[in-house]
Amino acid sequence: MISILNKLIPAETNLPWLAKVTMLLILVLLPFILSSYGLSLLTKVLIFGLFAMSLDILVGFTGLVSFNHASFFGVAAYTVGILVNRGFENFWLLLIPGIAIALLLAGLLGLLILRSSGAYFLMITLAFGQMLFALAWKWRSLTGGDDDGLPGIGRPEIGLPISMWNEQNFYFLVLILFIGSFLLIKKVIKSPFGKSIVGTRENELRMQSLGYNTWLIKYISYIIAAGFAALAGILYTYFNGFISPQELDWSMSGYILLMVIIGGAGTLVGPVVGAAVIIILQNLISTYTELWPLFMGLIFILCVLFARDGIVGSLLKLYQKKVGEMK
Amino acid sequence: MDSAQIIIQALNGLSYGLLLFLLATGLSLIFGLMGVINLAHGSFYMLGAYVGLAIINLTGNFVLALLGAALILAFVGILVERFFIQRLYKRELDQVLLTFGFAYIFMDVAKWIWGGTPRSLPKPPFLNSSLNILGEAFPVYRIAMIIIGLFVALALWLFLERTRVGAVIRAGVDDQEMVKAMGINIKIFFTGIFALGAFLAAFGGVIGGPIMGAYLGLDFNILVLALAVVVVGGLGTLKGAFWGSILIGFIETFGKVFFINFAIVTIYIAMALILIFKPAGLLGKEESY
Amino acid sequence: MKALEIKNISKSYGGLDVLINVYFTLEQGERRAIIGPNGAGKTSLFNIISGIIKPDSGEIYLLGQNVTRLSTYLRSRLGLARTFQRNTLFNNLSILDNVELALHSTKSDSNIKDILRNWGLWDKRKVIVKELSYGEQRQIEILLALVQSPKIIILDEPTAGMSPMETKTITEMIKSLSRDITVLIIEHDMDVVFNLADGISVLHNGQILCEGSPDEIKSNPLVKEVYLGTDH
Repeated sequence: MISILNKLIPAETNLPWLAKVTMLLILVLLPFILSSYGLSLLTKVLIFGLFAMSLDILVGFTGLVSFNHASFFGVAAYTVGILVNRGFENFWLLLIPGIAIALLLAGLLGLLILRSSGAYFLMITLAFGQMLFALAWKWRSLTGGDDDGLPGIGRPEIGLPISMWNEQNFYFLVLILFIGSFLLIKKVIKSPFGKSIVGTRENELRMQSLGYNTWLIKYISYIIAAGFAALAGILYTYFNGFISPQELDWSMSGYILLMVIIGGAGTLVGPVVGAAVIIILQNLISTYTELWPLFMGLIFILCVLFARDGIVGSLLKLYQKKVGEMK
Repeated sequence: MDSAQIIIQALNGLSYGLLLFLLATGLSLIFGLMGVINLAHGSFYMLGAYVGLAIINLTGNFVLALLGAALILAFVGILVERFFIQRLYKRELDQVLLTFGFAYIFMDVAKWIWGGTPRSLPKPPFLNSSLNILGEAFPVYRIAMIIIGLFVALALWLFLERTRVGAVIRAGVDDQEMVKAMGINIKIFFTGIFALGAFLAAFGGVIGGPIMGAYLGLDFNILVLALAVVVVGGLGTLKGAFWGSILIGFIETFGKVFFINFAIVTIYIAMALILIFKPAGLLGKEESY
Repeated sequence: MKALEIKNISKSYGGLDVLINVYFTLEQGERRAIIGPNGAGKTSLFNIISGIIKPDSGEIYLLGQNVTRLSTYLRSRLGLARTFQRNTLFNNLSILDNVELALHSTKSDSNIKDILRNWGLWDKRKVIVKELSYGEQRQIEILLALVQSPKIIILDEPTAGMSPMETKTITEMIKSLSRDITVLIIEHDMDVVFNLADGISVLHNGQILCEGSPDEIKSNPLVKEVYLGTDH
């Protein structure tokens, strides 16, 4: 097997509680300070941060560089978008089919692709991802194809007398789901199962010799990651109000992968930082030039060549080195 | 569908398959030797088509465009391999990510230079006619595609089987350590095979230009077909790339006849079946996947 | 019931025969060593026993059960543990993580504490494995196999590359294992082999050349010729 992305930092990465409270406070207070444009960017960062975190379960923790993560994001987005357009309203009930269909898809694809690993795995995921993209493109009666897409989705109806058309309210809905997902993913990572996926990443053969069914471990991890990607996709549908096949394309999968890499694979917080960096950079660069993809490619190359641990990964390494020296 | 149509479609499938072969064989050999899936391989094809078109517009000479585009992109391939991929020697997955970064760059450069409007390459005048096959008109250009594809396949086969360099490449696909033990500088072979792959991809881009044109998005559309070829045929061998290409060419062509809009799905069904029953591909080496 | 039965195992790679009709059995509680020159097929045999590679023909029985078609992890669950010749630990994880993974447990219970204390590793439990010395890593290699409380343990050159002191420690440790555990060991160090083994099988060019007690093997002229004579 080809060695995985980066050498994850396995030691405790727990921040002191003061830092946690500060971060939470910042996230809660920011919407009252930011302009509506800034708030919309922040909402986008949280949605894509969740999306990138879900990919980190695969790339950082399981050691599977998946290239079709956008499939689950997009399929869930379409499912909810289509149902909303057909008159279903309740947000919480809509989460069920949206996430379920992504889990089902992951369960099916996982059977086909998880027999391979490394570059071969990456290639097959890319191929199947593009199949779903092509399907969304061609199946006009359902998806509206490329020109029309699926417009007019509006904002979620959460069953409370709170309007989600208010940007702050919508932000807090996203924030609550983001924090809930973050805690849940963290719990998974710290559980015995989480340990076994890291073990599988580190040394699959050894894990098998220790009696672990590594295929099943990877399979479950793949499905879990798809579930959280689906949640991100659903939130994006409401955020954007519009879906196009582009949401399932390789460029979307790559966009998320870049967030994971630039933030630091295997750190969970890193991908969120990566999402913030990429989204802010994208907005800055796009005001000056239309060549954003060119810059994205350059960032990709520079990251892979020179900053393989990502922002958070490098900081953690530095921190551990310092702690080591102090001892 | 009568027999004449079947023959016409079979010839279409064959020409399309051999076009895919130009692309897939490089992809397959690069993976076999270097362990890298070149995700910018489709970009070389697309850029080949664009550069070819530019040369045709400049000189009006199709053959010149064909060779010029292939050589220019082979040179680009050398630069990419020598100055970027080689820096990550032995880190295959990072190398794949690197090629992915280049795919973004190439896509945007193409958009920047040639804009978003799809272009079409003119057929060379001497091939711009059609033959009568059992009462149906069949373009001579497609026949030329078949001949060129078969010729390239034969040349590659002779190169790999009958030359010393080819022997080293084949040995390298099987066992890199052994090649190194023979005192051969494998890095030069890496650069060479990457450049050859880029050459063939761009060559294919020009050959396929009069049929598929040049447009943004062609890079990944064609890359995915090439990936399907290597999944079906098996990675790392010329034979696998050849028969995989022909098979995918036929499936795509006949899929279009029967399913029109959803032909692409038939390819994935074939891929899924192969992955279930023969995960190393029809002609792949068991260990290579 | 035999602990392990290897029945006519053959394996070849592209025309090269690595193992030819290998046949031997292990009684429960037996300590058996496999010796033979490099390239004799010893590690291939181990990989076939643990299920990492599939034999071309032949069968393997583990505690009376045919496991030839069973995957590695299921064989492990039946009580088979192994060590690897090259270090294949979870190199980026701590000692504690390594042991917890081997125990299928993440609770730092007294069990783990006892084990690590006994091995003198408790104070080092948070050290990342790749930062340990080679000898310590080899020790953990064996520890990981043992903490699974296996019924059969197969050891692939456990003392390779170790200092005489470390070799002695490891040898004593294997020797002190309960007789409930069956041990199959590949070893180059003849002192270790003669010290540990009840029986020895000599593998040469993929075939079992002969079998016998340490004394019989010592005095066997064939063995001297192919192995002892050249290697010592």
